[in-house]
Amino acid sequence: MKYLHIVWRNLMRRKIRTIFTLLSIFVAFLLFGYLMAVRTAFGMGVDLAGADRLMVLNKISIIMPLPGSYTDKVRAIEGVKEVTHANWFGGYYQETKNQFANMAVEGESWLRMYPEFVVPEDQKKAWLADRQGAIIGADTMKRFHWKVGDRIPLQATIFRRPDRSAWEFNISGVYDSPVKGTDKTQLFFHYEYLNEVLKSTRFGNQVGWLVIRVDDPAQSPAIAKKIDQMFANSPTETKTDSEKAFVAGWAKQIGNISLITQLIAAAAIFMMLLVTANTMAQSIRERTSELAVLKTLGFGDGRVLGMVLLESCFLAMLGGLSGLGLAWFLVTWGGDPTGAFLPAFYLPVPDVMVGVILVLALGFAAGAVPAFQAGRLRIVDALRRN
Amino acid sequence: MLSQIVAVVGVNMRSIRQRLGSSTVAVIGIAGVVVVFLGVLSIGEGFTAAMASVGDPRTVMVMRAGSDTEMTSGLSGDDARLIMDTPGIERNERGPVASPELFVIVGHPTKKDPSDANVPLRGVSAEALGVRPEVKIIEGRMFTPGTNEIVVGRAASRQFAGLTVGSSAKWGQNKWTVVGIFEAHGNAAESEIWSDAKVLQPAYQRGNSYQSVYVRLPTVEGFQAFKDALTANPQLSVTAIREPEYFAAQSQVLNQIITTIGFLIAGLMGIGAVFGAVNTMYTAVASRTREIATLRALGFGSFPVVFSVLSEAALLSVIGGLIGGIAAWAAFDGYQTSTMNFQSFSQIAFAFAVTPRLLGMALAYSLVMGLVGGMLPAFRAARLPVVTALREL
Repeated sequence: MKYLHIVWRNLMRRKIRTIFTLLSIFVAFLLFGYLMAVRTAFGMGVDLAGADRLMVLNKISIIMPLPGSYTDKVRAIEGVKEVTHANWFGGYYQETKNQFANMAVEGESWLRMYPEFVVPEDQKKAWLADRQGAIIGADTMKRFHWKVGDRIPLQATIFRRPDRSAWEFNISGVYDSPVKGTDKTQLFFHYEYLNEVLKSTRFGNQVGWLVIRVDDPAQSPAIAKKIDQMFANSPTETKTDSEKAFVAGWAKQIGNISLITQLIAAAAIFMMLLVTANTMAQSIRERTSELAVLKTLGFGDGRVLGMVLLESCFLAMLGGLSGLGLAWFLVTWGGDPTGAFLPAFYLPVPDVMVGVILVLALGFAAGAVPAFQAGRLRIVDALRRN
Repeated sequence: MLSQIVAVVGVNMRSIRQRLGSSTVAVIGIAGVVVVFLGVLSIGEGFTAAMASVGDPRTVMVMRAGSDTEMTSGLSGDDARLIMDTPGIERNERGPVASPELFVIVGHPTKKDPSDANVPLRGVSAEALGVRPEVKIIEGRMFTPGTNEIVVGRAASRQFAGLTVGSSAKWGQNKWTVVGIFEAHGNAAESEIWSDAKVLQPAYQRGNSYQSVYVRLPTVEGFQAFKDALTANPQLSVTAIREPEYFAAQSQVLNQIITTIGFLIAGLMGIGAVFGAVNTMYTAVASRTREIATLRALGFGSFPVVFSVLSEAALLSVIGGLIGGIAAWAAFDGYQTSTMNFQSFSQIAFAFAVTPRLLGMALAYSLVMGLVGGMLPAFRAARLPVVTALREL
């Protein structure tokens, strides 16, 4: 630490160069942080998927429904702790561009299945008591400036009311979540309300998918197999998978965003490595005779090498950490850049750690060659140069 | 003046060799930005091309009123009949050139990955090829109506496992045989699988319902009259849209995401590269301080000096832009992939497209980065007091 002063003075020798190098590193790590948030968002919360939850879908594809009777049949299977179901409603608010996730669910079991959706007790009670009630995520409430107690119309895209009017819901409550990255854009309403209208159509008494909780996650594959076997060769076959596998499969369909973001981040950091290494090399070249003087005064090779490395690491830390910091700030307070398509937009802690390690690696890599050259300098040669 | 500029720029260019290290850094930096810029935007460009390239303005889609995608539309068999009887549709010896269609998705593994992706399966009627003149069977034959035969789009056949002529696929209780492959100038239809709508209806418990009716108009101008005729029919509540407009709307969401994120990333990286370029040009000016001062002492004006530094920066950045452009074009152009179309939840295959328009944008961007980066150092060079500069080492 006692060399920090001399390192600082060296960096300040050419202020403009130092500032621009700092800014390049800063931008690289700002980008890194931002990209990692994008990657997480496109992962669609796969890290948050419950290990003990399974999804049961129609084998043909997700758009095909399941008979409502499957709920009870699945509940009877040993090892299944809880079953709930949902229907994708696909409604929008006023204009088609105001689309968000809204689903018809079985209220009580749904909230038990997803403890990460936290609803105040009184609002929960109000919801369960109101047939047209809805529970809405905090982000969507903010997006449309709704408040609890409002009556809101949603235009249906799939399930039309016979008179083609909009579906109306009373906002009973708001769900929030202590878990970072939880999707807080959804609207849940009662399946009964939907089925009342659908009963007389071919959509009646059918559910979109089942979610089940198992007693023991280790038994999940066996239970999934048992469920699928139960409905094999029936008109409606099922495909059961862990929630994680389902979310991962869904995310994968969008494309390999993870790889793309990593490639971009790697390109940005490599670029900045070149810039920083170039700066360091230049500044050491300029200081050759000074380093020789230091050595004459009795500074050992290792110490000179260390000082140069310290300088480049210091530069990298200063730029890199502030870049990561700003990225964190922007992601946390700026939120989703696309408006509402990426609900799980946040910067996970492990990615921040990787960022810090990369900052240090950048410092070492950029300083390595000049540091070795400085360490190996022979005093006589160095003093003679210039 | 002009001769001064030529002379100073000449000196500058010839001495780049002596600053090869830092010049290379600037060039690579800008090339890197251009590669990323093109890489990201070529995704959006390719997707848009797949969605919009050859939708035919004479082909019109009719869906239930208020639906913005086939996925959420629904028409009864009677609706379909009424739509097909509407005046203004082109006719041939078999009747109106119109095809009532059904659109579902099936889970099917991709070649790269055994887990299921959502593949669009379209039930079409006899006039499917009539309403889509761009579609051609390139291998095998069209399916025989009334059978479990399917034809597969070229892109779907490339992207998904086991969809070649002669192979069969099982979705739910139904087994299908692939009898042909079709192409459609690379547009969205190539991501689809087609079967006979009449066979698909019972297989998916759709009764006698459809989701859309595709109709062919005799002229592009006939659209308004046809639309008015539909609106005038009190028995129908439908919306009509030209095929190109429909596809453009479909690609909007993804395009918006890609463009926003693409420009954000390229913008940030560009700022980083500008700082790199500033450093490089400062070094260039610093190492030539005495030389520049000498020129000034000899009577060269400050403008030629500014100009020379800027033109060096411009040259380096254009070289970087060209290298990046060529690299991105070689690496990404034509790369086949697929993604989810959010409006219909189904897979759509497309190829990355590094178009001349994008290359032009990238070159312009790299030039801007170079000039911005060269600006400060150039003024510094011009403002150097001759006497002190001459004294500098």
